[in-house]
Amino acid sequence: MDFLAEVAAWFTDSASWSGRDAISARVGEHLALSGVSLLAGLAIALPLGLFIGHTRRWAGAVVAITNVGRAVPSVGILGLALPITLQLGWGIGVPPTLLALTVLAIPPIVLNAYVGIRDVEPELVEAARGMGMREAQVLRRLELPIALPVILAGVRTASIQVIATATLGAILSTGGLGRYIVDGFARQDYPRMFGGALLVMTLALTSEVLFALAQRAAVSPGLRGAPDRLSETRAGLAV
Amino acid sequence: MTDGAPFFRLDWVVDNLDMLAQRTGEHVVLTLIGVGFGILIAFPVTLLIHRRRRLIGPVLGVAGILYAIPSLALFGLLIPVTGIGLVTAEIALVSYTLLILIRNGLAGLDGVAPEIVEAATGMGHTRIQRLWRVQLPLAVPVIIAGLRIATVTTIGLVAVTALIGQGGLGFVIITIGINRFFPTAILVGVGLSILLAVLADRGLVLAERALTPWARAGSGEG
Repeated sequence: MDFLAEVAAWFTDSASWSGRDAISARVGEHLALSGVSLLAGLAIALPLGLFIGHTRRWAGAVVAITNVGRAVPSVGILGLALPITLQLGWGIGVPPTLLALTVLAIPPIVLNAYVGIRDVEPELVEAARGMGMREAQVLRRLELPIALPVILAGVRTASIQVIATATLGAILSTGGLGRYIVDGFARQDYPRMFGGALLVMTLALTSEVLFALAQRAAVSPGLRGAPDRLSETRAGLAV
Repeated sequence: MTDGAPFFRLDWVVDNLDMLAQRTGEHVVLTLIGVGFGILIAFPVTLLIHRRRRLIGPVLGVAGILYAIPSLALFGLLIPVTGIGLVTAEIALVSYTLLILIRNGLAGLDGVAPEIVEAATGMGHTRIQRLWRVQLPLAVPVIIAGLRIATVTTIGLVAVTALIGQGGLGFVIITIGINRFFPTAILVGVGLSILLAVLADRGLVLAERALTPWARAGSGEG
């Protein structure tokens, strides 16, 4: 139990809470990196997914890209972002990490938005059109509310992906909680490494729980008790 | 990256073909060990929760938590216990396959129509015969669908294990590419990793066809 006592000591040491490497600062950096990329990814992916789901255009291409995307190592996307930002003169660290995280967030959100809208019963869409709704109204007032839990499942996958890869950003000299793991490993300061890993794990599991609750709350009241449609779409994306 | 140097150095690729082949081979071995142990654990667990339905929630819950822990964090948690090396890398890789394999295995077994299972019982099959000769063969398409996702995901994840001295193509991407600012190595490493994933995926599709000859006779997929 000596080791765990050292980990506890790292957490309680006042030096761990001051300066650039303070736990509070690193948590803040991690949340900022993840939050900004998730929002940027959402801004790109959600309109795209809704458009594809409503019009059924480019659906094959989206599924194909998502499948290939699963095969690209997330550390490879970080790696590929690096020469791009260097070429553009944006440098190392935060810019390539933000670029990579945003790219990673897009496929699961597009895929789930597409699948969620696609799986809305066609009779309902017909009925809405029969009632005189325009296409934009059909999307906003019928398809979007029904598809919302599935869309949130996509954001949930993207969030886990982004939190995990933000940790890997440490190898591009980015801040965030990955610093403790990479630096702790390099200096054989295992209590620091373990403490950082605990913080990352807590962040990832918190994201899971919050999105699970949001998904449940987002099920339209008229559809409660309907068969679970989420299980299929949360297909695997590990990081 | 120095100014004026070409973005992609084909000469480097040609000079390092042996090294690239060796790292690709390591990548395949790391993937096979991870998915192999994943199957060894997931198979009995799936059979168990298929019969004892109460266990489905807790088992998928634990697998889901393992799945959500970022790989670098899992390394950080494991290294003080299992050290730096193959064992730690593989524990992480295996733990990411479990959720996908167990969930698809269960969905496959649950997807077999109850009338078919009853017919097999009526024909005098014991429970074990029913499982091996009726339920598992009919579940093959869904099981293989899970295996495809698990394999492709693992091939992508192996690269991260370069951070703890393993890595296969991750060595090319991280150690040579990122750490030395050498884009050629990053591109080649990522490209080979994608190629491996596509080949593995196609291979598993062929395996599925070989294992389900009846599907070609005209009935739909499972």
